[in-house]
Amino acid sequence: MNRIIKFVMLDILRNKIILFYTLLLAIMSFSMFSLEDNEAKGLLSLLNLILLNVPLVAIIFSTIYIYNSSEFIELLISQPIKRNKIWISLYLGLNTSLIISFIIGAGIPILLYSPNLIGIILIVMGCIISVIFTSLAFLCSIIARDKAKGIGMSILIWLFFSLLFDGLIMFLLFQLADYPMENWIAIIAALNPIDLSRIVILLQLDLSAMLGFTGAVFKQTFGTGWGIFFSSSLLFLWMIIPFMISLRKFNKKDH
Amino acid sequence: MIELIELRKKYNKLAVLKGISTKFNQSECIALIGPNSCGKTTLIKSILGMVLPDSGEITFNNKSIFNETDYRNYIGYMPQIGKYPENMSIGQIVEMMKELRGGHLSFDEDLYKAYKLDQILNKRMRTLSGGTTQKVSAALAFMFNPLVYILDEPTAGLDPISAEILKEKMLLEKSKGKLILITSHLLSDLEELVSEIVFMQDGELLIHQTVEELKNKTGEEKLSKAISTILKAQLI
Repeated sequence: MNRIIKFVMLDILRNKIILFYTLLLAIMSFSMFSLEDNEAKGLLSLLNLILLNVPLVAIIFSTIYIYNSSEFIELLISQPIKRNKIWISLYLGLNTSLIISFIIGAGIPILLYSPNLIGIILIVMGCIISVIFTSLAFLCSIIARDKAKGIGMSILIWLFFSLLFDGLIMFLLFQLADYPMENWIAIIAALNPIDLSRIVILLQLDLSAMLGFTGAVFKQTFGTGWGIFFSSSLLFLWMIIPFMISLRKFNKKDH
Repeated sequence: MIELIELRKKYNKLAVLKGISTKFNQSECIALIGPNSCGKTTLIKSILGMVLPDSGEITFNNKSIFNETDYRNYIGYMPQIGKYPENMSIGQIVEMMKELRGGHLSFDEDLYKAYKLDQILNKRMRTLSGGTTQKVSAALAFMFNPLVYILDEPTAGLDPISAEILKEKMLLEKSKGKLILITSHLLSDLEELVSEIVFMQDGELLIHQTVEELKNKTGEEKLSKAISTILKAQLI
């Protein structure tokens, strides 16, 4: 397994996009911390920026990378290497590279300005979000044979989770205002990994005002302790399930 | 050595292999011929596990190959169109393959040297011409001393001198008792090499005979003529 991961990582690190991404994260983090007068505010602004940018880069970069590796994959498939191993190594290689660049770009500034539990949780969430959207990228690229279609699909997924989802929930709640829908809405909200990770951090911060709509409903329904446990397990499922589906499809694919 | 039993494959609704059963033995050089899109490449890719057949069985040394990968240690495969990561250089590709197929102490570098690939190790794959890419594919297929060579259109795209080098190498390996499986349209290319002929059409296996049998049956001296005689006879 290690050899393929090594090849993938060397290939990605040679890629200038990943360096650019690291630099972008670093600029974002340093400027957020120096713009705001206290670190908690800086952390919150940074949280929103990270939740917007990290999924976008993770899903688009991974999708494109998988399509561009089609030759590499085809070369490996005719060799004495298990298909599982090829796909899992690609997944681990991509994730490790994205996580490394996130930790260098955003992790170091966060630890410099806010060396506390919240800071560490923000870093962990950034990594988890990278993994989740890489996992979704694997799913997109195995479903669509065509590269343009696959990239389009991954952009739509990002758009849906980061912008459309909250709006949809608001709409649902206003439409169904006459019914006791709060619990259902909380469960539906849990289907969005970006909202979930925001909720985990804000529940930690105990800043109800900043929770946003879904977060508030979530807190009301689950309370802080259970809320964190519940959302962490869901995040874990988000990391695993899309990738497992793609793995099964990959094992049955003809080359 | 390799046995196919009732192999079937459909792409969507298009049946590409319609129940192929045959056997390939050691020390043979088998030419897999037939018109375009008759299922040759699909057959080869099924043996390599790149295409998964819908039904049927493939065995390698009497062991089923499904969900197996170790048997590929004994196969050297040269694809019709070699696809390699564009950013890697020839040297990196060779190194990578050596690492991935680990456990080899010595490498068969005859072709690698004959094609002078060691002089262009730093060239990136995307800058190579089609012919040079084919040379890389050939060198890699022969590098790991396999028992079986599967060569998909090996001489297409190679210049006559390089094709001749490849043919001589194939003859040498055949004399060592290895199985060579070649697909090709051009029979004249393979005349002196081939010992058995497999003719496929529309996903069906029409002929599997030794060259001697074919020639005796038809009374023709040339292989290509013998085959066309047989085909005409079958059509009528």
